[in-house]
Parts: sequence; C-alpha cells; structure tokens
Amino acid sequence: MDVQIRPEPGAAGARARQRISGRAVLLSLGVLLANIVVNGLIFLFFRDSTLHPLLTAVLAVLWGVLGVYLIYYTLTWAVEQYPDHVRSKVLPYVFVGPAVLILGWLLILPALRTLYLSFFNASSEKFVGLSNYAAIFSDRLMGTALRNNLLWVFVGTLACVCFGLLIAILADRSSYERIAKSIIFMPMAISFVAAGVIWKFVYYYQPGDEQIGLLNAIVTYFGGEPQAWTSMLQPWNNFFLIIILIWMQTGFAMVIFSAAIKGVPEDILEAARVDGASEVKIFFGIMIPYISTTILTVTTTIIVFTLKIFDVVMVMTGGQYDTEVVATQFYRQFFMYRNFGYGSTLAIVLLIAVLPVILINLRQFRKQGGF
Amino acid sequence: MVGTKKKKGSKTAVNLILGVICFLWILPTFGLFASSFRPAADILQTGWWKVFPHQEWKAGQTVQLPKEVDLREPIEVNGKTYTDEQLKAGVKADGSRLMWENRRARTVNMQEQGWQAVPDLTLDNYKNVLSGKEYTLKEADGSETVQKGSGLSQAFWNTLTIAVPATVIPVLIASFAAYAFSWLRFPGRKTLFVIIIAMLVIPIQVALIPVLKDYTALGLNGSYLGIWLAHTAFGLPLVTYFMYNFISQLPKDLFESAFIDGASHFTIFSRLILPLSVPALASIGIFQFLWVWNDYLVSLIFIGNQPSVQVMSMKIADLVGSRGNDWHLLTSAAFISMLMPLAIFFLLQKYFVRGLMGGSVKG
Repeated sequence: MDVQIRPEPGAAGARARQRISGRAVLLSLGVLLANIVVNGLIFLFFRDSTLHPLLTAVLAVLWGVLGVYLIYYTLTWAVEQYPDHVRSKVLPYVFVGPAVLILGWLLILPALRTLYLSFFNASSEKFVGLSNYAAIFSDRLMGTALRNNLLWVFVGTLACVCFGLLIAILADRSSYERIAKSIIFMPMAISFVAAGVIWKFVYYYQPGDEQIGLLNAIVTYFGGEPQAWTSMLQPWNNFFLIIILIWMQTGFAMVIFSAAIKGVPEDILEAARVDGASEVKIFFGIMIPYISTTILTVTTTIIVFTLKIFDVVMVMTGGQYDTEVVATQFYRQFFMYRNFGYGSTLAIVLLIAVLPVILINLRQFRKQGGF
Repeated sequence: MVGTKKKKGSKTAVNLILGVICFLWILPTFGLFASSFRPAADILQTGWWKVFPHQEWKAGQTVQLPKEVDLREPIEVNGKTYTDEQLKAGVKADGSRLMWENRRARTVNMQEQGWQAVPDLTLDNYKNVLSGKEYTLKEADGSETVQKGSGLSQAFWNTLTIAVPATVIPVLIASFAAYAFSWLRFPGRKTLFVIIIAMLVIPIQVALIPVLKDYTALGLNGSYLGIWLAHTAFGLPLVTYFMYNFISQLPKDLFESAFIDGASHFTIFSRLILPLSVPALASIGIFQFLWVWNDYLVSLIFIGNQPSVQVMSMKIADLVGSRGNDWHLLTSAAFISMLMPLAIFFLLQKYFVRGLMGGSVKG
C-alpha cells in the first residue's frame, strides 16, 4: 500500500482532469472483471469439489475471509489510478457499494416482491387488490396472533430492559461481577433449538404424581396440581413462552447497560454523594438520564427482535394453543398452505408494525448529529 | 467515611440478590447438563434433580396373595384392603409402600424407603450422538439390518465453515460502509444510510422465498457462498448500525492529519480505523458469530437436505422431529451444540464490555 501524494489544486487539478486516460479505464474494468471471474471460478471449484471435507472447509474459510478484503483492495487500487477529482467522487461508492448491492439484492428487492405478491391470490396468478389485507383483519386467528405479538413486545421488552438494568447495577456493586455477568449472559450463546430442549425440561407436564418437569415438581411438592404450562393454561401460556425470551435476551441488555454505567464519570457520582444524595436518587437523577441514549438503543433492538419472534414459539408449541404470533402464522401460510398472497400480506403487516420503531431511531440519529 | 460503611453494609444484600438471580438463570441449563449424563430410561421417568442424593423407594419383602383373590374386588394385604388401582400406583402403609410386583402371580412388594446417594450417570448419550446411533431396522422380508445414523462431527465442521466467513464478511463490509457514511461526503449518503438502517426491521421471512428463487436460478443453493451471502445480508443492517455508532464517534482530527499527510482512504481505513475499532469489531463479530452458529431457519431454507453442507442446528432439529422420544440424544446433542458458542463467549468476554462501550455509550 503506497501512500498517495495528493496533487496541488489548481493547475495540477486541471492537468489531472485531462488524464482520465484509456489506461485507467481499462485497468479498472480489468480489475472488476478479474474479481468477478476469479471468484466465480473459485465458487465453481467448491461446488464441484471432491476434496477431503476438512481441506475443503479450511480452503473455503480462507477464501471467504481473504476474498472480501481482496475485492476492496483491488477495487480501491483501480480507483486510485484515476485523477483526484474522479477518485474522491467514486471512492465512497466503492466503500458502500458492496453493502448496498447485497442488501438491495437480498433484502430490499425481495421485500418489494413480497409487497407485490400480497396483492395477488394464493397462487400469485390473479390480482385481488386489498382483499388479502381485509381478510387478515377479519380473521380470528390473526386477531390472536396480533394480540400475542403485542404481549411479546410489551411484556418481553419491558422485562428484558428492567431486569438488564437491575442486574447491571447490582453487578457493578458486587464483588462477583464477572461471574454473575457471565451466568446471565450465557443464554445468549444458546441456540433456540437448544433453548427449546432446556425449557421443555422446565415446563414438562404429565398427569399423575411423578413429574420430570422442574416447575411441576415444585408445584406438586407444595401440594399443588401439576399444570400443562405451555398448552392448556390459556392465555397465560404465552407468558411462559415470553419467560424464555426474557431468559435469553436479558443478558444482552445487561452487557450494554453495564458498559454504559461504567461510562458515567465517577466525579459526577462522587459529587452527588458528597452533596448527600441517596443511591436511589443518584440512579434516577444521574445514571438514567446519562445513559438514556443507550436505553433507547437497547429497547429498540429488543422490540425489533420480539416483533419478529418466531423460533421460540415454533420450537415450544408450534403456534398451537393460541400462542400463534404473526411470524409463525406467516410461516404456516407460506410454507405449509402455500398461500403466497396471504403469507406475503402477513409479512407486510409485520413490516408496517415495525416502522414506527425505526422512525424513532432515525430521529435519534439526527439528534446525535449524525444526520 | 459514612459512605463507605454504608456501601459495605449493602454489599452483602447486593451479593445475595444477585446470587438468587444467577441461581434462577443457570438452573434450566444445569438441568439439561445433568440430564445429558443420565441413562435414557431415567430421563423419561424421573426429574434430573434425582442426580442429587435423595430418598427413594426400594424393593423389599414380597407378599404372596392367595391364588383365589379376585383382582376386581377390594384386595386384602396384611389385614388392610386396597383397590387394584391403588396397588398399581403404589400405596403407603406403615412407612412402606405397597405395589404390585407381579399382578398375574399375585405378588405385592413392600417397598422400603432408602437413600440413593450415587447417581446413575453415563457417557453413552454423548457417544451415540457423536458417532451416530445404531438402529436396527426390520426389512419387509423379516430380516433385520443394523444402520448407523450420521454423527455430529461432519455437521460441526460445516457449521464452522459457514460461521467464520459469515462473520468476517458482513463485519468487514459493514465497517467499510460505516467509514464512508461517517467520514466521506457524497451525494445520496443520507438516503442510502436511512435505507440500510430501515432494513433493520425487515423480518427475514419477507426475503426468503424471492431469494430462494434467485438462488435456484443461479445454482447458489446449498453452496457455501450462497449461505454466506444470505447471512451477510440478514446481519448487515445491524452490524452497519453498530459499526457506524462506533466509527462516527472516533476523534476527527486523528485521521484528518493522516489525510493531509497524503494517506489514501484505504490506508486510513486499514491502518487506523480497523486497529482502533478492534473492541467494536470483536464484540459485534462475536454476536454475529453466535447468530450464525445458532441459526436454524436460514440454513433450513438455503441448505436443504444436502448432508455434506448440513449444520448442527438442523441435525438437532432432525432429532427432535424424527425421533421425538430420544430425549437422551437430544440432551447431549443440544449440549454439544452449546460448547462452541460458550467457549467463544467465555474466552472473548472482556471484548464485549470494551467494544460495546464505544458504540452505544455516548451521553
């Protein structure tokens, strides 16, 4: 990587303007083409590879990791062959280009295609206008799904944020901070499938005396009747599913809050203590306002996450017993009943539901001075 | 000095509350851990807490009832009468428990309560999962064949091959983009950024079918590149959001002087920005790695049933689906799938705090 000396403005700039030479154009096109061809060939190599699986794995990882850096490196090199005024205009697009292209192809276009499909019937052949949307809002099952989603977002997010904040504050004052934070954060590292297995051992129900589920064992120990927590106990079964989310996500909130609390300048806290402020007052008067941005960020992330909740419900109940949420309904319509129109409409409804959250976030960005 | 004294007094309370919360948090996972070492039959019959010393009914004296006893009538044992149902479930009498030993032979067992201190533990569950369990299948002609199910080791390497690049690629792409959005001025910057952030809320289900159609047309289905790209796209909005938060907060004069000295943006990015962002890169990298490692839905759609590329979560979900009652396999498989993320998490833990601090913590 050689350090570029920027030409003097003025005369040199004018000279540079004339130098958009054929050589630079050819070079950059060549680099672009070479990238496509080389990576294409490597892709074909791996698709038809008959190497030992482990060797394939190592080579694939190398390609994936180095390949992306090389693409940026070669493209930037090509842009640097151009004179200054062209370079400074093109370079930003080289930097953001790959991100925009991948998102455009794999998220934005698909979302638009889904929007388009939502105006068509089940087999995507006949234009039906808004009747899918009308059907959704008159559907009883859909009403349940929307209600449950609201429950998830409200109860789940509130509990995650409050617990996360509480544990972060407790851990900050405790002598076992590291180990406590590790324990709380650990469920973040567990997959939904594994978490499903773990929680089935908690909620497991069988009629009779001997219970292998922890919760029912506790209940029967104290003389209670065993319950089918996730199925028959409607609508409370939703809360038992939400507990799993809280168990998994609180750690995320806690880690970020913990970092934020440590960022509160010690001298402000010390000054407040000297002035005789109580710990509770310090918490609400200084800490909360100081980390308000963080609280918003964390809340947003968790709201977005819970709105799209899918795996927990799918693994635990499959959406039966009135635990359906919009995402599981969508999955059912799309992949099981093959009702593409209805499924797409559900996805769009979900999208519309999340929009306000993103608007709040963008406003926050503007306030921070970014935009 | 009053302050410190008060602090010390409340410290015990803080530790106590924290201890209770931690206990509740780790309990479900510990249950899985304990279960994974229990023999298959035990898992289905008793709770995992039976691995701790506990009192248990043990077979004792056998009482032989007269041959002519009618099993439908109230049955007399040692001078007291019980119903058939009671004897089936076991009924307490004088400190022991009466239960049919053999209903047909009319023998009743008087079970005694005793301590069970050494738990029955086994490594068989892990062996079966890692090397593949052996199944005996009955053929149509009556002969029996033994088949070995596939183990988890191939799936483990596949998961790693998918997870490492699917972490590095989005993090690098997002960092380049975040740098440009933070420190370069170009037309369309605002719009593009808003679009990327708005992608945060797109439920990935929206994209699955259209992307699947494209993949099938391009032959990307079931390939490493295909699944890397999918994970990259689905993770990119959040990673970009996060990296933007970090990179845009770096002090401006730091690289302004480098730029004036003639360094190119690429040089500044790779020599200054990347090293300075290591904490942020590490923490968001760990998150992305965990997501990809634990992912089920994306793999399910884009890998399908090609065993050479299948990942661990698919194998485990298979266990749940096709052999619903093999809880003993499920427990150990679930635990094996947790080992890698947990190891990564505990090893790189310190980066979380340092990385997350710069990103989201600005008053």
